[in-house]
Amino acid sequence: MIKVEGISKRYPGQTAVDNISFEVEKGQIVGFLGPNGAGKTTTMRILTCFMPPTSGTAHVAGFDVLAAPLEVKRRIGYLPETPPLYPEMEVAEYLHFVGKLKGLGGDQLRKRVAEVSEKCNVADVSKKLVSKLSKGYKQRVGLAQAIIHNPDVLILDEPTSGLDPKQIHETRDLIKGLAGEHTIILSTHILPEVEQICERVVIISRGKLVATDTVENLKNRMHGSHVIGLTVETEIDCRPVQEKLERVAGVSRVILKESFTGAHSFEIESLQGRRVQADLARAVVDAGWNLTELRQVSLSLEEVFLQLTATEAAA
Amino acid sequence: MKNILTICQKEIKSYFVSPIAYALMAIYAIVSGFFSYVAVGYFLDRSIGAMAGRGGPMDVNEWVIRPVIMNVGVISLFLIPMITMRLFAEEKRSGTLELLITSPVRDYEIVVGKWLGALVMYTCILALTAVNLSVLFLFGSPDWRPIATGFAGMLLQGGCLLALGTFISNTTRNQIMAGAMTFGVSLLMWTFDWFTGFKSDAWAKVLAYLSLTAHFESFSKGVIDSKDVIFYVSVIVLGLFLTTRSLESLRWRG
Repeated sequence: MIKVEGISKRYPGQTAVDNISFEVEKGQIVGFLGPNGAGKTTTMRILTCFMPPTSGTAHVAGFDVLAAPLEVKRRIGYLPETPPLYPEMEVAEYLHFVGKLKGLGGDQLRKRVAEVSEKCNVADVSKKLVSKLSKGYKQRVGLAQAIIHNPDVLILDEPTSGLDPKQIHETRDLIKGLAGEHTIILSTHILPEVEQICERVVIISRGKLVATDTVENLKNRMHGSHVIGLTVETEIDCRPVQEKLERVAGVSRVILKESFTGAHSFEIESLQGRRVQADLARAVVDAGWNLTELRQVSLSLEEVFLQLTATEAAA
Repeated sequence: MKNILTICQKEIKSYFVSPIAYALMAIYAIVSGFFSYVAVGYFLDRSIGAMAGRGGPMDVNEWVIRPVIMNVGVISLFLIPMITMRLFAEEKRSGTLELLITSPVRDYEIVVGKWLGALVMYTCILALTAVNLSVLFLFGSPDWRPIATGFAGMLLQGGCLLALGTFISNTTRNQIMAGAMTFGVSLLMWTFDWFTGFKSDAWAKVLAYLSLTAHFESFSKGVIDSKDVIFYVSVIVLGLFLTTRSLESLRWRG
């Protein structure tokens, strides 16, 4: 549905986006992840034909953003970071205006305005002035205008930024509800959001593509070596315990996390592909200590993200 | 065409839901009312003189209507920047321009729609002058034709300044800047023909030709000269063309 091939956007003395390529399948929700200033908004603006790329091409629903911008715009709903609202309009009036701009008219327009108002929970404020709305409502009106013409592709730039936790929750539910009908790209720097909503992630940092994969794969990929959390109850000092654990076959590193009197917790990294849980347990029990915890430590997306962007910075 | 109307409608609405339209119309009503009153006052004074056998023949068109129409041009110099300054500057600042640009409408449709909206606003203001002048018909029988051409001229001249104002509004995101620059340009365009007062070289002639006043003269006398119409229409087209281009260039420059 969306095909981006080697797009770059350069300004004098600065490269906002540097040779990014990725594809999005129909019906997918893709999270666009990156620190502030990574080039997320620029990439989205290129896809929405707001600005052309300096080089490279992008296709949306088979149309080139440079050659057929009108066709692309017809198929895209876009919610910029600040919802593009006219404060002096009433909500319903605003949605009518946007609907007309997107090429709707007559009965169809009225029907769609009612539908999206319902879907985005703004029907109860349809006669209110936009300037009188709360931030959460403004965001939902913004979302309503993006889907008014039932576009194939939805592009949402930080749809939850600046909302309170309840509003964030509502907005996320709303976006999840839109999946299936629309192909969605949403940008964010909040990681749990991606884990909750998205199927795939595109990570960019400093204008460069760092990774693109499913959320699951990405987490797994970072588990080159498995990390195991282990807690031992014993009266003796932590030193000999650590040495004993280090001697277990397949263990590459033992890190002391916490040490109390009578209990020590460690994080243990194993060599690639080795399952060492059983051997660790036996070693602890054989030594006459109590094994109180043995668990797989999984990397959160946050750590994956930090690892990926940190390597990028080091390179 | 549908898109132009959609945008035009939106512009007209936003003038009339905000105090802008009413404030401008009120200011204009007071000032132009004063000017009309003064013109009629002078006329009455002179006609008393004429009855006493001094002065030439009296003509309402020459002594009242023409000065009133010329004065309208001057007032519009001040009002037009206030009409156009928000057109693009406001949308840039609030981010709504992003909505317009990412909608399936062509750039020129946005530009022409906004300009038309401003023109309708300006026409509403001009209509107040029609009220002032219509009083003259109650007490006399002035020739209506110079009034009609005068209005055509005011619309064309206003259209020019509105087109330039639209362009200037698109070059900044600061409304005050847009207003101030439009005012400066309007005033210069208005006074270019002063050059011919003391110079007669080619430059003075070119600048004098660019003067809005010089081209307005014939309209206020009841003459529609194709030369003047072409001048006004080309300035409008140029202004709108430049706006469209600068809207396009926004994207290249980001």
